[in-house]
Amino acid sequence: MDFLLKLIRAFIIGGALCVIAQIFIDKTRLTPARILVAYVTMGVILGGAGVYGYLVDFAGCGATLPLTGFGYSLSQGVKKAVDESGLIGALTGGLTATAGGIAAAISFGYIFSIIFKSKPKR
Amino acid sequence: MDMNRNEYIKYSKRHSKKSPVIADCAKAFFVGGFLCACAEALSMLFLSLGIDGNTAKSLVPITFIFLAGLLTGIGIFDDIARFAGAGTLVPITGFANSIVASAIDDKSEGFILGVGAKMFTVAGPVIVYGTLSSVIYGVIYWLAGVIF
Repeated sequence: MDFLLKLIRAFIIGGALCVIAQIFIDKTRLTPARILVAYVTMGVILGGAGVYGYLVDFAGCGATLPLTGFGYSLSQGVKKAVDESGLIGALTGGLTATAGGIAAAISFGYIFSIIFKSKPKR
Repeated sequence: MDMNRNEYIKYSKRHSKKSPVIADCAKAFFVGGFLCACAEALSMLFLSLGIDGNTAKSLVPITFIFLAGLLTGIGIFDDIARFAGAGTLVPITGFANSIVASAIDDKSEGFILGVGAKMFTVAGPVIVYGTLSSVIYGVIYWLAGVIF
């Protein structure tokens, strides 16, 4: 039961975060790039304010997989690094915490773009 | 077709596609929710295989980045994204898709200024503003620690 409950929580929170973005796309002229930038920045702000952590505890991947979760990781990395090594942590913590995702995105992105050809737009 | 301005406005209103916000939101909710539930299941799978918590936490997004990149390369991701809207954009899949899609599209411009530069058309701003805001937060957090 615990297993199912976790999945449902992830589903609802993850879905809700997508709905908010969908409303902005439909109702405003915000481009997807702007939405993503807004989401990552909101993740940093809410993570820094200590709010987003509750959502992560509640929804797990429902809160970490959306791009706000990327911002949350940045803020938590910075917080940890500042706790450990002072002001320099503000510069080192964020990208250290998110290095795996960024390096994966760059390397997979590069490999796939070499392998595959551009398709005509339908 | 013969009609005056008012008739034309009525005509175009009747025929222009209504933006079906409710339907869009439902699709985004279910696809986005489904992806996050899959991520949660994957995370539990990794944990049950004996992978430690922190590694599992990084492996889950990395898996999604890999799959989204692959589906973008094959050309399926576009079809899913057209249906799901924000449902595939907001999870890390949208970030991965933007990298692969723009890298493939601008491959003809070469590997340095084509692939190397254009892969960051969307991902670049995300990394820039994410990092920038985290640095600002870090400075504020440090100051708060020094003052109080």
